[in-house]
Amino acid sequence: MTQIQEVSLDEIRHLVSERAMTGETMLLNMGPQHPSTHGVLRLLLELDGETVVNCIPDIGFLHTGIEKNMESKTYQKAEVMTDRMDYMNTVGNNFTYCLAVEKLVGLDVPPRAQAIRVILAELTRIQSHLVWLGTAALDVAAMSVFLYCFREREQILDIMELVSGQRMMTTYIRPGGVWRDVPVEFEAAVRDFLKIIPKRIDEYEALLSKNPLFLDRCLGIGVISGEEAINRGLTGATLRASGPDYDLRKFAPYSGYEQYDFDVPTRTEGDVYARYLVRMEEMRQSIRIIEQAMAKLPLGPVRSNNYKFVPPPRSEIGTSMEALIHHFKLWTEGFNPPKGAVYAATESPRGELGCFLESDGGPKPYRVHFRTPSFDNLQVLPRLSQGHFVADLVAIIGSIDIVLGDIDR
Amino acid sequence: MSEVLQGYQQKLVKAFKAETSEFAGEVTVLVPAEKIIEAARMIRDEFGFDFLVCITAVDYWPEEKPRFHVAYVFRSLSQGLTLQVRAPIPGINPSLASIESVYQNANWQEREVYDMFGIQFEGHSDLRRILMPADWQGHPQRKDYPLGYEEPQYTFNFDDIAARKPAPKE
Repeated sequence: MTQIQEVSLDEIRHLVSERAMTGETMLLNMGPQHPSTHGVLRLLLELDGETVVNCIPDIGFLHTGIEKNMESKTYQKAEVMTDRMDYMNTVGNNFTYCLAVEKLVGLDVPPRAQAIRVILAELTRIQSHLVWLGTAALDVAAMSVFLYCFREREQILDIMELVSGQRMMTTYIRPGGVWRDVPVEFEAAVRDFLKIIPKRIDEYEALLSKNPLFLDRCLGIGVISGEEAINRGLTGATLRASGPDYDLRKFAPYSGYEQYDFDVPTRTEGDVYARYLVRMEEMRQSIRIIEQAMAKLPLGPVRSNNYKFVPPPRSEIGTSMEALIHHFKLWTEGFNPPKGAVYAATESPRGELGCFLESDGGPKPYRVHFRTPSFDNLQVLPRLSQGHFVADLVAIIGSIDIVLGDIDR
Repeated sequence: MSEVLQGYQQKLVKAFKAETSEFAGEVTVLVPAEKIIEAARMIRDEFGFDFLVCITAVDYWPEEKPRFHVAYVFRSLSQGLTLQVRAPIPGINPSLASIESVYQNANWQEREVYDMFGIQFEGHSDLRRILMPADWQGHPQRKDYPLGYEEPQYTFNFDDIAARKPAPKE
């Protein structure tokens, strides 16, 4: 049995100030089990009184080797693992992976499937932002918002259950389309949700936006400039609160996002409050996209009919010999994409979620790597928290909206 | 492929004797490993690719020369372009210059590549393991690192397997 090696102070000596060595400042552990770290994140803090001198994030507690595991599964079966990365954006993870696979093999997705994907991805964005709002407000001691947010989130999860049979880990988006067409109740369920949610968002804003206690905790905290944010690889609302309007839905539209009319909200302040405002406005923009997508939801197939890569519908298997062969080949051997590497990305609620996929010509991915937004966004935490109080650090962690499953994969 | 991107590609080929390839509409430039930092500077300052999207690596074991490709994805937010760069490195003492001084978010990205593939990044300010525990042996994403399985236990062999299962650490 191996001995546990203890990490000595020497190994992190270059990360803390000289004063930590003399005992003038204090080294304090925050987490890994701490309610405001939004998961299992450990922070090693160097504190001068109540002020953060240095902050050293320690991640990897949730590392499950998803990238390694996916290399041993066929392209279709590996998709199931992607749900488990960013558990607040499960649809978006499938979406990114499917876009990468489709790019690799050159699959076309029917317009109806594209529209369904957009609707579900935007619902997921609202759902994720609601969880963020509830927890981030909880971090700065606004208790009541949390329960309201989860009430609306429940409704979105019910829609997910309606279309896929699962509330969170849907795996509904598949390479070449979606699993099956949406049920007839889908439209009514989404419309019901769209009817109530704009008013509810106003209610949340009424609770927080002008609340003096909330403003005290948010204004001018964790400021970063737009230029630095780009150089440090920030994406998503965290970047847009600093000025740049980088949103992949506009930058490189995928799945028909170019047809929808929506704005990319930006702010220039770059503090915790600006990030809050950007996310609130993003929810409204998502509602606009869903409304437009629902209004012109095209009819037609929801899966590509290229049966070399997409399993044929269940109904054909009983009557068509080819369909049976394709079905059998796809679920036993999988398909063989050409040799090469692609990078596909989507705008997840947290920023750019990219999938780097390399094929060696065999039925299993040779290398899968996910460029996850939380990983790069968390990197900036030491920079943002320097010189602030520990209580502000909590607000900053909340404002960059990290999901630890997304970071550790 | 846009003409601007083609121009950049030609410049990289000329300056660093790079090779280019295209697949599924994406351009990849293969830059010699010792030139990666100059290439990164050129890509950021001259071409205006201000955003480093990701760094990852691919292991071509049992191939030895080169065994690894370190892949970079750069993006220019103002021009709307994406460029992929790769640096091939051998399997014995794999090392590469760190581009942390050019793009700050390379810090954690390179730490992850180091952790998963054991590639040393020279000039990196804080090269420690990031996802795996500090005392971990081996680099999990390498192709010669076994995935590891747990044997299924049935009633007839439950005790046998339980006896040789590795015990959890204290």
